[in-house]
Amino acid sequence: MSEPKAVILAQFGGPEELIQAAKKTREAGYKKFDCHSPYPIHGMDQAMGLKRSPLGYIIGIMGGIGLVSALGLQYWTSAVEYPLIISGKPFFSYQAFIPVTFAITVLFAAFGAFFGMLHLNRLPKLFDIRFNSETFGKVSDGGFFVSVESTDSKFDQSETTAFLQSIGASEVEFVEDKA
Amino acid sequence: MSKSTDTYKEPTLIQGNPTFESITNDVSGIVEAKTPKLWWVAFGAASSGAILLVSLIGYLIWEGTGIWGLNNPVGWGWAIVNFVFWVGIGHAGTLISAILFLLRQKWRTSINRFAEAMTIFAVICALIFPAIHVGRAWVIYWTFPLPNQMGMWPNFRSPLLWDTFAVGTYFTCSLLFWYVGLIPDLATLRDRAKNKLKKLLYGIFAVGWRGGNRQWKHYELAYLVLAGISTPLVLSVHSIVSTDFATSVLPGWHTTIFPPYFVAGAIFSGFAMVMTLSLIARKLFKLEHVITMFHLEKMNKIMLLTGMMVGYAYSMEFFIAWYSGNDYETFAFINRAFGPYAWAYWIMISCNVLVPQIFWFKKLRTSILVMFVASILINVGMWFERFVIVMTLHRDFLPSSWDYYSPTIYDIGIFVGSFGLFFTLFLLFLKHLPMVAMAEVKGILPQAQPHHHHESTEAAS
Repeated sequence: MSEPKAVILAQFGGPEELIQAAKKTREAGYKKFDCHSPYPIHGMDQAMGLKRSPLGYIIGIMGGIGLVSALGLQYWTSAVEYPLIISGKPFFSYQAFIPVTFAITVLFAAFGAFFGMLHLNRLPKLFDIRFNSETFGKVSDGGFFVSVESTDSKFDQSETTAFLQSIGASEVEFVEDKA
Repeated sequence: MSKSTDTYKEPTLIQGNPTFESITNDVSGIVEAKTPKLWWVAFGAASSGAILLVSLIGYLIWEGTGIWGLNNPVGWGWAIVNFVFWVGIGHAGTLISAILFLLRQKWRTSINRFAEAMTIFAVICALIFPAIHVGRAWVIYWTFPLPNQMGMWPNFRSPLLWDTFAVGTYFTCSLLFWYVGLIPDLATLRDRAKNKLKKLLYGIFAVGWRGGNRQWKHYELAYLVLAGISTPLVLSVHSIVSTDFATSVLPGWHTTIFPPYFVAGAIFSGFAMVMTLSLIARKLFKLEHVITMFHLEKMNKIMLLTGMMVGYAYSMEFFIAWYSGNDYETFAFINRAFGPYAWAYWIMISCNVLVPQIFWFKKLRTSILVMFVASILINVGMWFERFVIVMTLHRDFLPSSWDYYSPTIYDIGIFVGSFGLFFTLFLLFLKHLPMVAMAEVKGILPQAQPHHHHESTEAAS
């Protein structure tokens, strides 16, 4: 993913306006755009035409790895490497191994959810070109923005600005990389 | 179909018609404002307790567990009581953050952040006790399956080892869940920070969050799945803790009711702790419109329910002791209620079974003073529940070895100190992190989701 050199930020009045704007931006053929809001808005994925997050597969695979490695570790240590008879149980007493297997499965799945989410979002990424904007800070307060990146094939400073104004943006800002 | 839903009006979860900006201001304002004097007083007291804890642990490691009141029949004393007490408290936090999230109980957003914080700090306090109770605390890493020069591996058939994994996983998952929830709010603090250092620190922990829907998409799924996998933890962790007792072949402990009974007790005590903390926090930081009577009343109802489940478990234990016809089992329970520790038993019954009954009455259920006192009494009662269970040890099979256990000043000091640590962490949290999940609260405001707006305009046109 190449970093955009510039971004056009358009501010909208509220969640309803943002959803409409997302639909229109997608219909106009833009691909590299995002809709920013202080909280997730229901129906935005459909409006932007986004596919379901693949995170579930990552979590499932991680949970599976946890399950197999926890059972494997317990089998190997209790039955192969250090076999001891404890309270007359078999070396591989799988019933007694369930609690630890369960805990490790959950642990790995949780790591999968956390690190998988960060990876898919390309985070941590402490600097983003949008942070050069004076007003973009409002997005974590009560602001609603559409941003179109310069890497989009349809991107054109004056045309895109005009387009965003035509779909009801209250303010449009051109943000450049200062470096 | 949309017509039929019109008749049900959802209760107002946040009072005073706030805007997105006013939520941000109210919550971030607490973090940004000058520290109130009262905070420093509380912090001074709490951190003194934490220092007491650290120094007493130092002395314990130097001198050994002989400084505690442990004796021959009672090999498990306050340390295990405190461990179970603190782990139990954490469970309400997970219930609120995970189960209530999956059940779409939107009212949870006002209290979930600090209930989760409470979970994490309570589990930290809990983890201290088994670690120092092993006697040689410097080899506690033997509980982990690490290759070592002795060629030994842990015994995975032992419930004490299950604890290591269950509580360790519980802590890690709670921490991740809490942190994921914090990311958008840390971004808010980053964007509002005036001071360079704060901007940098909040910026680092906000990992560059920019609230784009391409991020929210993965974020929401991660949050949902973390809630989903934390849900079985609410049930499993305390069940595994209860097997520490239940898998031993001791009358009074060797019962199948223990796992559900422990889980109900954990949720009961946890809600009492959430109640105590939220009453203090909403008063101190003037958050009465965010944590409303509606939330408090719901929590009281949960306490009434879980209190009765615990009461049912107490009576069922007695019934089974009689019904089994086992002399030792019968003796263990008669001894609990009428033996040398009868005082503890009746404190437990009064606080856990009788006190919550007042919540049947709406007047008492909605009185701040009543619920504050009740929540503290319930916590006392739940500590005594674990004490009563552990003290079953004091009269074992041989009357010649019977003994009475009393704590020493070190037992008491370490327990008091653990409260110091808990409140130190909690106060630091209140001061430096948003104690209400701002992004989530904004998401449940009436104007937040487009369909409300959408339907009303459609109807009008």
